[in-house]
Amino acid sequence: MTDTLLEIDRLSVDYETARGDLKALREISFDVRKGEIVGIVGESGCGKSTLISSILRLTAPNTRFRQGAVRFKGQDLLQLPERKMRDLRGSDISIVFQDPMQTHNPVLSIGQQMLDIQHRSKASKAEKRARAAQMLGAVGIPDPEARLAQFPHEFSGGMRQRIAIAMALMSEPDLLIADEPTTALDATLEVQIIERLQELQQQFDCAILFISHHLGVIAELCDRVVVMYAGAVVESGEVREIFHDPKHPYTRRLIDCDPGHIKERARVLPTIPGEVPDLANLPGGCIFRDRCDQAMPRCAAEVPPLTQLKDGHHAACWLNHKEAAE
Amino acid sequence: MSLLDVKNLKTSYGPVNVLAGVSFTVEPGETYALVGESGSGKTTVIRAIAGLAPAQEGSVKFDGREIRGASERELRPLRKDIAMMFQDPVGSLSPRLTIRSLITEPYRIQGMKDRDLDAEAKRLLEMVNLPAHFADRYPYQLSGGQARRVGVARALALEPKLILADEPTAGLDVSVQGELLNLMNDLRERLGLAMVIITHNLNVVRHVADRMGIMYLGRLVEEGTTEAIFKEPCHPYTRCLLSANPEPDPDARLERIALKGEPPSLLRRPKGCEFRERCPFAQEICIQTPQWEVANGHGLRCLAPLS
Repeated sequence: MTDTLLEIDRLSVDYETARGDLKALREISFDVRKGEIVGIVGESGCGKSTLISSILRLTAPNTRFRQGAVRFKGQDLLQLPERKMRDLRGSDISIVFQDPMQTHNPVLSIGQQMLDIQHRSKASKAEKRARAAQMLGAVGIPDPEARLAQFPHEFSGGMRQRIAIAMALMSEPDLLIADEPTTALDATLEVQIIERLQELQQQFDCAILFISHHLGVIAELCDRVVVMYAGAVVESGEVREIFHDPKHPYTRRLIDCDPGHIKERARVLPTIPGEVPDLANLPGGCIFRDRCDQAMPRCAAEVPPLTQLKDGHHAACWLNHKEAAE
Repeated sequence: MSLLDVKNLKTSYGPVNVLAGVSFTVEPGETYALVGESGSGKTTVIRAIAGLAPAQEGSVKFDGREIRGASERELRPLRKDIAMMFQDPVGSLSPRLTIRSLITEPYRIQGMKDRDLDAEAKRLLEMVNLPAHFADRYPYQLSGGQARRVGVARALALEPKLILADEPTAGLDVSVQGELLNLMNDLRERLGLAMVIITHNLNVVRHVADRMGIMYLGRLVEEGTTEAIFKEPCHPYTRCLLSANPEPDPDARLERIALKGEPPSLLRRPKGCEFRERCPFAQEICIQTPQWEVANGHGLRCLAPLS
């Protein structure tokens, strides 16, 4: 497997709290290949953010890595000394955050900020400036030379997010992590960002780990999808497989809930009743059991393992096991 | 008579002309959606209706009474009839008050001393499907979806005739979003509420709104029944907005119409049609200023409409 860029291998992460250990991630496994766009979809509290901060090792002080590895180009990031990790962040792995209004320093010009992040480069100031302008141009900011002198408040939300993307791509990273980059934007800007990411991905040939709870965006942008629920991967596979032939009840119902699917005006929209289980006090068996309309006795007794159903399509549900369904 | 009749509403903050004349009506029991990109003035419209933003010109009639420019004292009794749901669900709840205090605060503000506040809190929580013990919680103990429902409960406390909802589902997960929309649809049917909803999620509009208005740079550019607009958008901007709606299907063939450039500055409004510079369908005639024209209940501000 020479083309695997990032491999998350049975990663389990807890938060130590006064109430006991909060099991934020449990045995997460998936990989990202070179130049591929992988979407992570899941609702609030499913562990998306913990996963990103674990990959970057920007975790809160009460975080405990219980087991597993985060291998980037074959090297386990969890074992790297902090100094080496710093070299990696922003150069080999970079990130675009959710809120474009708070990503930039409000008191420095965009040009200054784009120079600052090139601090590792030995190039002259003029060369760095030219590089910054070139990147602004690449994300579709008109008149980039002049706009370098402007401050964040002089740009619209969509432009600020594009600038954040330009900054993240400046070092031509192998992996770009995009944490809900379109959530704060409206529909037309959302589309702009998606299309821009697609273009840039081809231009720079970087892999993208795209986190979102917006299924429409995931369907449009990603090659593969990882579905998370309450700190675990419940399903992963090719985007078409996931959307057209979901093998986990949570995935199926999540897709059903998206009002984009329902073309006629509906009196009652589908929902998933119930709440996400308490991660500090996990129930036994399948974590989705309480909200699942297809739960069986076995679901209460044993945790369903994430098993491969066909090439690349994994799901963690007893329904996919013949002996259980009988 | 319409419940809400907004005519030629104009708001400027200094030289920045945020609303350049907005007119629409909302009938009793009707849901009206305002749609448009960030900065198009949607929030300012409903804040101006509620008396929370200035409106220098125009008229806002509620139940036949003019309320634009009314003093805080005159507005207070009206706030029983017009409730607001704010954009940020947690931010709109005071962090130091319990949920009980928060949802019964409207009674205290309106001086309704005869009410049993504990009983009201219980009734309101039940109405929005939250357990009664939530009354003792504080906002930080709520999830985003629960905080939204507290916002709905507070808006409903005084049994208003009109709810102004600013992005009621923004930031909610899809499963919770459906719950909230079902709740609002249900309450509207049971209580006969009228609503003005602001949203940029077009999938939401299709399921809750009877009519919708599309705003661009502080003006309505198209208005009609939700059904008619989704079926046949006439304004190029509406067409662009609708085509920008990502489908939850990887095989969906999207005929996307790209908007050119950025929204123009409100300090330098373009001459002629204000959408002209970004419009993929602009023609020579668009250098002239389009007027608002209504045919068969479908309003349009465009000289080169798409048929």
